[in-house]
Amino acid sequence: MNTFDRIIADRPDVRNGDNGGKMPADRTHVAINLFSVFYRANQAVKDVTFNIPAGYVTAIIGPSGCGKSTILRAINRMNDLVPGCHVKGELLFDGQDVYNPDVDVVMLRKRVGMVFQKPNPFPKSIFDNVAYGPRLHSRLNQGKLAEIVERSLVDAALWDEVKDRLEDNALSLSGGQQQRLCIARVLAVGPEILLMDEPTSALDPRATLRIENLIAELRGKYTIIIVTHNMQQAARVSDFTAFMYEGALVEFGPTKEIFTKPGNKQTDDYITGRFG
Amino acid sequence: MNLKTRKILDRAFAGAGVFSILLMTAALVVLLAPMLIRGWGAIYFTATVEHRHFMLERFERGNPERLAGEIAAAVAARAPLYRMIAEFEKQLETGGAENRKKYAAPLRELKKALHSLLGPAPGAIRPMLMRDQYGQMRWDRALVKARNALYRETWDYSDPTRGGIKTLKPRAAEFAGTPVEPLFAYLENNLDKMLLPRRTLYWQFLTDNSFDSHFFGGIWPEILGTFYLAVGAMLFAVPLGVIAAIYLTEYARETRLIGMLRACISTLAGVPSIVFGLFGLAFFIGTLRISASKSVLAGSLTLALMILPTLIRASEEAIRAVPHTYKEAALSLGAGRWHTVMSVILPAALPGILTGIVISMGRAAGETAPIIFTAAVSVGKPLALWQVFNQPTPALSWNIYNLATEHEAVDEIRHVQYGLVLTLVGLVLILNLAAIILRARVSRRLKG
Repeated sequence: MNTFDRIIADRPDVRNGDNGGKMPADRTHVAINLFSVFYRANQAVKDVTFNIPAGYVTAIIGPSGCGKSTILRAINRMNDLVPGCHVKGELLFDGQDVYNPDVDVVMLRKRVGMVFQKPNPFPKSIFDNVAYGPRLHSRLNQGKLAEIVERSLVDAALWDEVKDRLEDNALSLSGGQQQRLCIARVLAVGPEILLMDEPTSALDPRATLRIENLIAELRGKYTIIIVTHNMQQAARVSDFTAFMYEGALVEFGPTKEIFTKPGNKQTDDYITGRFG
Repeated sequence: MNLKTRKILDRAFAGAGVFSILLMTAALVVLLAPMLIRGWGAIYFTATVEHRHFMLERFERGNPERLAGEIAAAVAARAPLYRMIAEFEKQLETGGAENRKKYAAPLRELKKALHSLLGPAPGAIRPMLMRDQYGQMRWDRALVKARNALYRETWDYSDPTRGGIKTLKPRAAEFAGTPVEPLFAYLENNLDKMLLPRRTLYWQFLTDNSFDSHFFGGIWPEILGTFYLAVGAMLFAVPLGVIAAIYLTEYARETRLIGMLRACISTLAGVPSIVFGLFGLAFFIGTLRISASKSVLAGSLTLALMILPTLIRASEEAIRAVPHTYKEAALSLGAGRWHTVMSVILPAALPGILTGIVISMGRAAGETAPIIFTAAVSVGKPLALWQVFNQPTPALSWNIYNLATEHEAVDEIRHVQYGLVLTLVGLVLILNLAAIILRARVSRRLKG
């Protein structure tokens, strides 16, 4: 029995907790099993094992260089872009090995969306940014496309701010708006998982708050995995927290537990700010 | 380091910077100003009645009635010259053989000088060469020719330690006491009445064909040839260059082979253009036999080869400058590599690529060496589009060189040469300006 199953088994309150009810609460969405990532000879992630539950928000925290972004980018195989990157072990998405040579990376990335550290809208119009994914994956008429764009922008809590200027260049938006546009762009593809790589680290506190509220709204509809430097943020938005240190997983559990009575001295030290 | 030293250093550096920029500007002005002024002289100059006569005969430009009046006035003003000569010749016929012998050569020379100044004498047979059919068309040239008629130029080489010394002896002295003697004073005083100089804007210089190896007419075949060569080179080089750049940046793995390929491209960019020219001759014309002899096609291919490395480099830089985040975003949304390149990377790299293209085009238009052996001839008719596959063409760059070195009368057609320089410099300037504007426009669209 792995960590997550053990937690679920021990904690009926988590299993039956309110996650919006749109995803089965006790399904493992991403199973990571003795998983390692190497950049050439350098091992960035060391035999990590934990399961990410469907429909919840899971935060991965840890000091810089602990491998938390690496493991996030392993899930949708963005690491493929890095020359010399290879993996060992198992990373199952919905029971399928992500690193199986038969896997269609395009289909994987369609189902596993990603939001990056710095807002990265394309230098196109707001509409075209959101429509980029849908246009890629299916032939849609203009009406259907507009519908998807509107719904995605509404879901990303950006619609009211941009509905009159959809043809404006996305780069004319503020940083926080750009980040929500990026979230809308991901939502438009219809993913099951949202990977967020420090999505608020380039934003001011107000924009950060809006993104956090948005995460709370999206919770339950999507499985969200968020990497963050900000301890309070992890505590605020996540249901589960994984703490990593020097490439290894130190502790994984319900966020409440990790932050109130961590089972590990290192976790405690990090959370209370004694190092990191 | 204390505050004072730092301030002095800062000032010294700023001063040096300003000085070097001023120096550069001065050099540019010294370089461009004569080019512009003398080049402009090919289009806007003081033309004589002979120019207007030529324009009417060849192109039916100008007002025939008015010109007829002018010609009549000029002929009337010239008549005394020919009358004096005729009188003297008659005198010689009846006079002694000694006099005939004495004056034969000087008179022949005088008549020749008058011919080149004013055109054929009235009643003479129309000469074969076009340049002999008209007098001087430009007032500045007319003054030179008038001096030749007034003075005999002699060179004194008696002192071997120095170069020849030029002396001008008035021809009037040679004919002292003959009926021709007053001719020289008359010529000097009435030159403007004989040639009727007037400021003229000859803008058709850019659109007229040339006649009689650039003695007359404009430079249209050169302009058109340069256009064909440059555009042809771009047709070959742009797709190849951009595709190669995309491959090198987006598809190729960083293997040793690719590294070597990159080094080769850099080296190729440094190969002298004359080597490309010889290669073009040997390969395209000699080996591939794409045309029997020189042709625009062979020249374009050679120019394309020459600018390809620069173009690849510029496109590569532009593609590399596209933020990595765009690519990540596209890939994370499930775009394939090809789609990412076409929908995100190329549009964002477009300003840089366009700049590279236009600057390469300027270079292709201006290069001389690659087309010497592959495409250029010194005179020719403007080519029709289908002739580019097997016909050579005159071109601005090559004709600047040709008119300066190989033309039979370099002095006579200096203005054409300056006009060619002005046109080529103007063309390249316009291309570069277009690059700047294009770049600004596209970047503005990208930045929103």
